[in-house]
Amino acid sequence: MGKINVKVSVDRNNTNKTLELDNEASVMDLLKKININPVTVIVSRNNELILEDEKLNDKDEIKILSVISGG
Amino acid sequence: MNCCSEKPVIQLPAGEKLCKNHFTDYFESKVFKTIRQFELLDKEENLGVALSGGKDSLTVLHILNRLSQQNPKIKINAIAIDEGIHNYRDKTLEKAKEFCHENNIKLNIFSYKEEFGLTLDEMLKILDVKPCTVCGIFRRYLLNKKSRELKLTKLATGHNLDDECQSIMMNQMKNNIEGSARLGPKVGLLQHKDFVQRIKPLYLCTEKEVTTYAFVNGLLDEFNECPNVPQSFRAQVRDMLNDFENKFPGTKYSIVNSFLQTLPLLKKQFKNDAIKVCVKCSEPSANDVCNACIYLEKLKINIEAKENGFTQC
Repeated sequence: MGKINVKVSVDRNNTNKTLELDNEASVMDLLKKININPVTVIVSRNNELILEDEKLNDKDEIKILSVISGG
Repeated sequence: MNCCSEKPVIQLPAGEKLCKNHFTDYFESKVFKTIRQFELLDKEENLGVALSGGKDSLTVLHILNRLSQQNPKIKINAIAIDEGIHNYRDKTLEKAKEFCHENNIKLNIFSYKEEFGLTLDEMLKILDVKPCTVCGIFRRYLLNKKSRELKLTKLATGHNLDDECQSIMMNQMKNNIEGSARLGPKVGLLQHKDFVQRIKPLYLCTEKEVTTYAFVNGLLDEFNECPNVPQSFRAQVRDMLNDFENKFPGTKYSIVNSFLQTLPLLKKQFKNDAIKVCVKCSEPSANDVCNACIYLEKLKINIEAKENGFTQC
């Protein structure tokens, strides 16, 4: 199976990294890989929200935005 | 199942996937239904909206401001409390000011420093207490006092379904049933002339729904978490509930819906608990001296002790 590389930013801990995922990996696969509960985030690509079953593409830039209230 | 051919922005717990426009309609309908179902607003209101600058309070202000534009008998004022939390509240207040300026909404800001003489950060250097406990006491105290002084008829807050669910579980875990009796879309047990009724229009909206609405309507700013939150009991209950929600979708709705069925009984049980007036500040209180005055006294004693070279707790 081929691999894809995805740039991922997580707003809650202010991190940016590139992750290697299996070809055909979904948003849910990405969240599982970085141990994030999907209930606690929304996910965007090119400033558009995408759902957990959306397939990712090579070189996608993904933002993971926390839904947790700040205080 | 998708609502239409447009790209979905959210999947509801029941499985339906909604696009931006259908979700916006769904969300706003849910808020207006909540307002009608729980009779949160009268036909005429001088309504306050507690504004922190975070996504929840901006969302409730955005929707209520639109309601006000359609119905001029509902007047809107925003009220913000600056607790004095360095590198947090200063940032969210900037967003609050920007939103109110752009939408021509009057924003009233009151600070701990001006009202109590100390910021929260300064208080926490003096008192050995849980930050959220003391912060919540002073914030609710100021919101009620200033709302009354501004002659607001009600005060809307951005509390959502997740917040309510956490409060219900926290009260259960601490055997604080009277605390639960004060919860609900309309806060408190009794009406009192000095108590401005607080209401929660986002009561049935999950945190994920609120964030999605804020995102698609341009209200979501960069993530900004209060530095005191991660150490709180609430944060641990929140994480536990989110784990359950992930494994068993709909858990949070079930907890709040079952709570709503017991709420009338709880309110009835505690309805005879009279609201007193604090002997020190004359604000409404459950006891002879309100919690704000108790903590102000503790601060005073600790400051005096430090000045005299003693250590208090």
